[in-house]
Amino acid sequence: MKGFIIKEFHHIFRDVRTMIIIFGMPVVQILLFGFAITTEIKDAKIAVLDHSKDRATREITNKLVASGYFLLESDLQSYDEIEEYFRKGDINEVVIFESNFENKLKKNEQPSVQIIADASNPNTASLLTNYTIGILSDYQQQISGGKKQGVIAETKMLYNSELKGVFMFVPGVITILLMLVCAMMTSISIAREKELGTMEVLLVSPLKPVQIITGKVVPYVLLSFINAVTILLLGYFVFGVPVRGSLILLLLESILFIVLALSLGIFISTISKTQQVALMISLAGLMLPTILLSGFIFPVENMPVPLQWVSNLMPPRWFIIIIKTIMLKGVGLAYIWKETLILFGMTLIFLGLGIKNFKIRLE
Amino acid sequence: MKRENIIEVKDLTKKFGNFTANDKLTFSVRKGEVFGFLGANGAGKTTAIKILCGLSKPTSGDISVVGYDVYTQPEEIKKNIGYMSQKFSLYEDLTTAENFRFFGGIYGLKKAEIKQKTSFYLQQLDMENARDKIIQSVPLGWKQKLAFSIAVMHEPDIVFLDEPTSGVDPITRRQFWDMIYNTAREGITVFLTTHYMDEAEYCERVTILVDGRIEALDTPMALKKQFGGSSMEEVFVKLARKKLTVDG
Repeated sequence: MKGFIIKEFHHIFRDVRTMIIIFGMPVVQILLFGFAITTEIKDAKIAVLDHSKDRATREITNKLVASGYFLLESDLQSYDEIEEYFRKGDINEVVIFESNFENKLKKNEQPSVQIIADASNPNTASLLTNYTIGILSDYQQQISGGKKQGVIAETKMLYNSELKGVFMFVPGVITILLMLVCAMMTSISIAREKELGTMEVLLVSPLKPVQIITGKVVPYVLLSFINAVTILLLGYFVFGVPVRGSLILLLLESILFIVLALSLGIFISTISKTQQVALMISLAGLMLPTILLSGFIFPVENMPVPLQWVSNLMPPRWFIIIIKTIMLKGVGLAYIWKETLILFGMTLIFLGLGIKNFKIRLE
Repeated sequence: MKRENIIEVKDLTKKFGNFTANDKLTFSVRKGEVFGFLGANGAGKTTAIKILCGLSKPTSGDISVVGYDVYTQPEEIKKNIGYMSQKFSLYEDLTTAENFRFFGGIYGLKKAEIKQKTSFYLQQLDMENARDKIIQSVPLGWKQKLAFSIAVMHEPDIVFLDEPTSGVDPITRRQFWDMIYNTAREGITVFLTTHYMDEAEYCERVTILVDGRIEALDTPMALKKQFGGSSMEEVFVKLARKKLTVDG
């Protein structure tokens, strides 16, 4: 058994590609998601078409720029210019003040501001307009001397007050990587033994199937665990993603998910004869659904109902909930026992299927 | 000299759906014998050898290997046999010594034993300088000889070789046969499959398989006499042709 595990480590450490996937990928992915792919908006370029050019409009413009979200690209002179600026793609938003703005404001005549946004990127556009409206109503409150008029909504963003994208990506990346390293790498490494003919030799030997499977997966359990910890550390020290709940609970849940992914990997390897097939099944069957259907990037609630059902079958979906709850909300098992139970059930099913199929292969 | 039988097979049949890969094979192998299964590709050699090794279950028939029943005692059989598959089956990314260590380990050999055996075989093969070389960088002929040494390092009662010499150059094949004879002399029964007719001459007894059936079984000498050929190749061609005319 020990010899088996040592041998498996030799396979891993002597194969450059495997090493890159196991150790390079976590770092690259977390940095990519952390730095490059971000949903926050900073320094969006805007233009202002100011028909009144008085104190109030100047103050509002300054307030917009001072927020840090916007950069004033240019002052427009007429409506005709707007279209042209947007077409060139130089600006994301135009703010238009009507004439006599300050006077109307003082007379309580409700002057109007028009906001035009480039919605060829819908998410950015709606974020920008929201920011702008927020700043405008802030200004309104300010000049009315704090007198509350009508309904004032005060929002507070719980658990991620700065709306940092990284808070979402760290749990997602951990999930994807555990899935990838465990399921894909084990299925490939078992399929490789089949392809090269060494599996036959193992099956002829006195080793039991359970021993073969254990020998194959133990190294990947260890490496995946190290990976999960690495990502947590990177998240914490580089991006400031906290672990507010119990670290031990988080690690235990990770181990549960690792075992689940491994049993999936074993199952995949029993239905694929070559490494290529194992790779394809892992990528198409695990990677894409993990990214698209798990709620990692796209909220499950917004999916069409049939897709939501499919999403329920995705193990990553439940793990993402668990890990987010522990890391960001900082609550304990009492709030995630249902998800944990689901993962546990899935593990049993896949493990059962995997071992059963593995035995059938023997006969 | 009467020798006991180490493999006894009666009416072995293996079906894959409608296709019958082995049709009522009946034969026995004596202890210490070099026993050959001769046949064209697809004649059912590999299927039969897999059943004897416990890799595959027969559809019907009584089969015992090393005195154990293949249906009920496959684990006991596995402990007492060695196997070298058709595909080259050492780990390419491990060194020679690591392969010895691993395979010795899974057969339950002690560390000291493995060390001693490794040195013994490497010396015998004159390959001591390949001890710490990654198998990938070792020439194919050497690899085959290593694979054979590893298949017998735990001193099994029988070693099964599935087309051990395919794709190997003539000189290595010659050396390989020397190894097979040495092994048989030590009392290990050698059961091999081949489609090289000249190799059939080296076997003590040969079974000729045609389309999953045993067409002939005897010493090469007796077979040549029986079918009136000067070589095993002629015998085989005659048998295969007879089969064709019967079918046609």
